[in-house]
This record gives sequence, C-alpha cells and structure tokens, in this order.
Amino acid sequence: MNPKDLATYAKNTWCPGCGNFSILNAMRAVLAELDGEGYPIENVVLVSGIGCHAKIVDYLNVNSFYSIHGRTLPVATAIKLANPDLKVICFSGDGDSLSEGLDHLVFAAKRNIDITLILHDNRVFGLTTGQYTPTSPKGFKGKSTPQGSDELPMNPPELMLACGATYIARGYTHGIDLLQRLFREAVLHKGFSFVDVLQVCVSYFNMYEAYNKRTYEVKGNDTGSFKEAQRIIRSWNYDGGETLIPLGKFYEIDAPRLDQAFLGARPKDLDRHSKVKMLLENFI
Amino acid sequence: MMDDFSTLIGGIAGDGINEAGVTVARLFNRLGFRIFMYYDYPSLIRGGHNFSVVRASKQNVGACVDQIDVLIALNQDTVEMHKWRLGDGSFVIYDADRVKADGIKQRSCGIPVTQILKDEGALPVMKNTCILGGFCRVAGIEWSVLKDVLLKHIPKKVEQNLRVARRGYDSAVELCRVERSTPSQDQVALPVMTGNQAICLGLIKAGLGAYVAYPMTPSSSLLDFMARLAPDFGLKVVHPENEIAVILMAQGFAYAGIKAAVGTSGGGFCLMTEGVSLAGMAENPVVIVVSQRTGPSTGLPTYTAQGDLHFVLNAGQGEFPRFVVSPGDAADAYYWSGIAMNMAWKYQTPAFILSDKVTSESLYSLDAAGDVLEEEPSLWDGQGRYSRYSHTKTGVSALAFPPQKGQVIKADSYVHDEFGITTEDPKITKEMNDKRLKKGRSMAEDLDRYETVKVFGEETSKTALLCWGSNKGVCIEAARKFGLKAIQVLVLSPFPEAKLKHALEGVHRLIAVECNSTAQLARLVGLYGIKTHDWILKYDGRPFSLDDLQANLGRVLG
Ligand SMILES: Cc1ncc(C[n+]2csc(CCOP(=O)(O)OP(=O)(O)O)c2C)c(N)n1
Ligand code: SF4
Ligand SMILES: [Mg+2]
Repeated sequence: MNPKDLATYAKNTWCPGCGNFSILNAMRAVLAELDGEGYPIENVVLVSGIGCHAKIVDYLNVNSFYSIHGRTLPVATAIKLANPDLKVICFSGDGDSLSEGLDHLVFAAKRNIDITLILHDNRVFGLTTGQYTPTSPKGFKGKSTPQGSDELPMNPPELMLACGATYIARGYTHGIDLLQRLFREAVLHKGFSFVDVLQVCVSYFNMYEAYNKRTYEVKGNDTGSFKEAQRIIRSWNYDGGETLIPLGKFYEIDAPRLDQAFLGARPKDLDRHSKVKMLLENFI
Repeated sequence: MMDDFSTLIGGIAGDGINEAGVTVARLFNRLGFRIFMYYDYPSLIRGGHNFSVVRASKQNVGACVDQIDVLIALNQDTVEMHKWRLGDGSFVIYDADRVKADGIKQRSCGIPVTQILKDEGALPVMKNTCILGGFCRVAGIEWSVLKDVLLKHIPKKVEQNLRVARRGYDSAVELCRVERSTPSQDQVALPVMTGNQAICLGLIKAGLGAYVAYPMTPSSSLLDFMARLAPDFGLKVVHPENEIAVILMAQGFAYAGIKAAVGTSGGGFCLMTEGVSLAGMAENPVVIVVSQRTGPSTGLPTYTAQGDLHFVLNAGQGEFPRFVVSPGDAADAYYWSGIAMNMAWKYQTPAFILSDKVTSESLYSLDAAGDVLEEEPSLWDGQGRYSRYSHTKTGVSALAFPPQKGQVIKADSYVHDEFGITTEDPKITKEMNDKRLKKGRSMAEDLDRYETVKVFGEETSKTALLCWGSNKGVCIEAARKFGLKAIQVLVLSPFPEAKLKHALEGVHRLIAVECNSTAQLARLVGLYGIKTHDWILKYDGRPFSLDDLQANLGRVLG
C-alpha cells in the first residue's frame, strides 16, 4: 500500500509549518507499511480527542472515532476490549490527555491495555488559541496567564513510568525518521505504549530553534531498566532552561494486560432466551 | 384466610435485614401471594436502623400500607420505631435475648435467638434464619415451605441453617398461640426479584454484550448482578475510573458492534452528560439506566425521588432524539429494558431507563407483560462504499463494524458529512440535524405498537391520577379504592402525546402524583396542552404508602 492511498478529501486546516504534518506523515507511512506486513489497515482504528491534533483522523482514510475533548482513552479501551484483533491508536493533545482527560491516561497505563497513545505535545492549547497546558514551562505567557504561568510543568513520560505504561518514548516533529521508528515500535508493542511527541506549534509556542539546539537521541540505553528510564526521563523536566532533551525509546517491558483478562469470549450458541428462562426459575 | 398480609422485619445494618425480607417474600410467594418488598436503610454499613416491609397480596402490589400484621424485631429500636404500625390483631416476634417486649399490647412471641445460636454453635448471621423459623410457626406457614426456601436459596451451611430454623420454629410453638392463616394456593408462584435484576435480565435478553458502571446507589446492584452473570452470558463487565469513562467506554463498545449499557444515579449521570451528547451526535447506540435518589447533590443516597425527569429528558448540549422509559415495577423493567435496547440500536440514539430507588431496589413478583427479543438493527449490506452517516428515508444509516475489508468506518463528534468527515458547511449542518430528528420521528412511529401509556382502575371515571415510575403501584391501588382512573406514562420520550390524549378522553379532573416538589410530569404534559388540576407531591425520600396517598386524595377530592 502506498501511504498516499491513506489520504482523504478533507481539507487540511493546520497552520503551514505545524508539527502535526510530521506526525500525520510518519503515521501514514507506518500504517501503510504495516498493512503489507500482516497488519491489515481495516483492522486499525484511530481515536482522537479535540484540539488541533485531533484533526488527524479526518486526514487519514482509516477507521476512526473522533471523540470529545480528553476522552480518547476510554473509547479506545472499550474498542480493544470489544475486539482484541483491532489495532487501536489514540491521538491526543497535552491539554486533551494531561488536563481534561488525565484520569483516563493514568488508568490506561495502570491497566496496560494494548493500545497506543501519541501525545501531540505542543505544550500549548492550540485550537483555543494559546493558553498554557500542563507541559508549558513555568512563566509561560499565554492568554490565560498573561503575566506568566505560576505552575511548574508536569513530566508526562515520568508519570507514565510511575503508572505502569510498558512502552515510553519521546519524538520530535523535526525528526521524521525517529518518529516513524517510534510509532512503528509503539503500535507493535503489546501493552500500553505512550509516545510523547514534542510537536512544534508555529502559531502559539514555536520551540523549533530551542528543540533543534537541545534535543539528542539516546542510544544504547537499557530500555528494560526502570531506574535507567527514570534517570533519562528525569534529566529534562519540561523547563525552559538550557538542559538537553533526550529523544528515543526510554522504556519497554512485557507485562500482563487488561485485554488478556477480557478474552473470555461469548459462549458459543448462546441461547439467551432459554438461559434467562432458567435463571428466572432461580427467583421463585 | 387473609388476602393481604404485611410483615416488617427490622434490625441494624449488618443484620442481613434485606436478605431476611427476601426470605419472607419467598415464603409468601410459595404460597401463591404476589409480593412487594420495600427495603429502607440509611447510608451506613454497620449499626443504624434497617427494615424491610414485605407486603403479600392476592393481587399484584407495588406499594406498602402503614399497618403491619407481623413485626419481627431483631432489636429494641425496631419495636419502638414501628409499634405505631401495629393493629389490634397484629403480633410481634422478637429476639427475646435482645428485646424487651413490656410495652407491647399486642400478642407477642419471643424467640431465644442468642441461646439457640449458642446451642447450635451457629454464626450471628443465622439469627435471621432462627427468627424466621419462629415467624413461620406463628404465621401458620408450614415447616416444609420454609425448608424448601432455605434449601433452594441458602446453599451455605444447609444443615446448620435448617437446625437453627427448626429450633426457632419449635420455640414459637411453645411460646405463643397465634391462629394459623391459610393463604391461597390458586396462583402459580412467580419469580420474585428487584427492579434492577429485572432490568439486567431484560437487557441481556435483548442482546446486551457489555455493561459498564461506576458504583452509585441505587444503581450499584445492577453492576453486582451483571458481574455475577458475566461468565454465563459472556458479558464484558467493566468498572472503570469514573462515569465519564463509563459513558465513553459504552460508545467504544458500540462502535465495535457490542451492545452496551451503563447504569448510574443523578450525580454520576451529571458526569455522563457530555457523553450523552456525543452519542446523540455520533449516533452511537447506548442504553443508560438512571436510578433516581433524593437530590440535589449527594442528597439522600439510599432514599427515593423522581427529581431527574427533566434532567434526563434534556441532558446533553444540542438537540437530538432519545428514548426514555420509566418502568413502574419489575415487570415493566424486564419488558421495557429490552425495548430500550432495541430502540437504542434501531435508531442509534441514547436510550434511557429512568428508575428510582423504589423500582430499582424493591422486590416484586415478576408478572411480565410478554417477551421482548433482540431486534436486528439496520446493518450495512456490503454493497458499494460504506458511509457511516448516509441519508435514508427513516434517518437511520446502516451500521458496520470494523474490520471491513476495503471500507472505512468513521464516527465523529463534530458536525460531519455522510462519510463521517468533519465539516462546517451550513447546508450539511442543517441536513444532518434534520437526519437526526428524522430518527426521532421514526422511533415514535415504531413505538405506536407498544402500550406506552397504560390505563388502570375505573376506566370511565371522570377523575384520573397521572403517574410515572414507581408510583404506578400505589396509584393503581388508590384508584381502585376511590373508583378513579389511573394513567401511567411509561415512555416519556418520544412523548406519546396521542396515546395520552386518548387515555384522557372523558377525564375532567387530572391529579398528578409524583415524588418530587415541582410536579415534573405535570410540567411535561403541560407542554402538550394537558392541564393537571391537582398535584399530590412527596419529597421526603420515602415512597407514598397507600395510606399516604389515600389521605391526600381524600383532602384533594374533599
Ligand atoms: C469539554 C471541553 N472543554 C473545552 C473545550 C475547548 N477546547 C477545544 S480544544 C481545547 C484545547 C486543546 O488543547 P490540546 O489538547 O493541547 O490540543 P492542541 O489544540 O494543542 O492540539 C479546548 C480547551 C472542549 N472542546 N471541550
Ligand atoms: S495552532 Fe499550532 S498546533 Fe494548531 S495547527 Fe496551528 S501550528 Fe499547529
Ligand atoms: Mg496542545
């Protein structure tokens, strides 16, 4: 399959230069590739929240559920529980998953449900035109914090590590090869996979130059080690300083998953009618 | 021979008062009575005062009367709090080791429960079995009936339970002489179950594949029961992080082709409303059980109300069709839950089962109106390109579930085109809105074949009681006593205007009976030009007893 086959007629409304284009292109390439490797495209379901990031499902000619703000994960979880053969991929924003829907993110990781979440982490509310989010650096001057935000940012990969996610990585929208590699790994990973993508928002928080200067790819790290993952993840706390920002795969382990516990399929030839009748007898 | 027999059993939380009441109900059920049991308990786990009132009658019943025939007291409080209910012919059975019966004028019978349990080396939970043994003797219920009920329903420690019960039975003989009553044997025994259990079975029969809920009284027993039935029916039962996840998960299941239901009470339903609106827009079928309790806010968690009618009718931003039914007892719950599931899937909308503490947690004889079977929703025929939201005459687009080779299935919360791609086009915006409303009209037509409004009592009376939900039973009975008509509105959306107006032909005076303070059904029918002349409202968390309603009717009808 040619990645171009996965395009739709929807008019793309992202700002020119938006990092979301890289995410779209990388995922499209990965899905097209996987289609040829025994992961047929009709088995893929994309779930998005609401925000600039979420528009991605309109741009991909793939099964999708365009959900509401913050609510990708419960939808995705149920789709996976309903049909474990489906590959379920969530696209979410930093406002979407870390603010509005944080509870679901914590629980998806805790359950280690076999789905993927791509966090379009532009560290700003894009679609509502520029407010601070949980990953904006302290002092961020957004529309709701004109004097600069007073809060320290949250470190999403660290949170995911603590909550039980079994694949944790970080990409950057100006590094499409790495992005593609991480997406592929995340989608193929069995368990909850989380990719924090530093996504440049050219309109409200253009970190292009800073990221270009500060990011580097970690190599040769022991991805099976919680301690090492934690050390690498903690080396950058989403502050605005000069600290270097690690990219790449931080953590990947194998652990029991919720979807495995739900495999108990429906009894074959379930005759609801007579079974309920029998049950009613017990109430006499 | 008694036609109507009320038993109250009371004790502290932890005494197993609910289960004891259920056993009493089963005893009478075996004897051919119809059952209603109301269970009253405060929101605490140990202590406090719990009581069950079991009414057994030759006719179907759905309400209690104030006077009781037998008071079974496991503690002193029970005697003090309920002795006002005793008539001259009533009698009291009590735990002689814990209750002083000095103040009781009526015939009474103490059972040395503590002593018996000690002799038999039985656990404290068996005191119920013991005192119920005594109850049977006193009420003239054959030992064999009690034995059968215990054998069938208390499978643990059978021998010991039977011994303890027998000792209770025998000690009653020695202590008091109350005439035996001989109940009728001419009706077959029906299943006795709570409204929530009936809802579960109704949904399961109509194809339920997943149940998702976060516990909240009085809906929690739905989750308990579903979880227990899960292995038998291959149900996927999920208890996630909160009600927001609940309603979203249900729609994930629906997207993948699994019929899902959720259950909650008012507070949890508040959290679900964004999801309800999503279901309206994205046309995701979902069944939502809302079991009302006294509000606002945390209110009285374990007590009843009918305060959420307009909330449920209007919850969620924007305009979209929905199905709302409010069952009045377990039989309604069993029958209409299946219809709710069918409506959700045939019209791809939210479908509500609006219950309350009384319907949900009370015990009823299940005199089901009929069998509702799963109806097939409109499924895609596999021809051409699939479009999730294609226009049709009925407004209903065919469903398809992933994976479908060569096809793409897109659900969308934004305004979308037929294929499911987001748009802001004004023409499509209006067309899609019209499409959704069209489904509401199609659903209304489909519902014509059902008895969405029911008439009871004196059909020719010029005065009618208007009720919904759990007031059904009390209204039917009061109407019979006063020679009035009773009208139960079962389906509240799409509103059965024509059927209600038909039921109202010849009625000059309409009296709304509701468990809220603003007469919500009266307000609703008012939108259709129907005037209610009087309102009888109760909003103290407790259901109307027959006496309450009769007294109010006496006042109103003056
Ligand atoms: C319940 C709810 N609250 C608020 C909004 C408005 N809203 C739309 S997008 C958005 C924030 C988006 O931020 P983010 O998730 O980071 O996505 P981005 O646009 O940056 O990709 C908000 C608050 C909404 N749609 N729903
Ligand atoms: S506002 Fe930012 S995130 Fe949104 S489309 Fe524009 S550049 Fe991209
Ligand atoms: Mg953002």
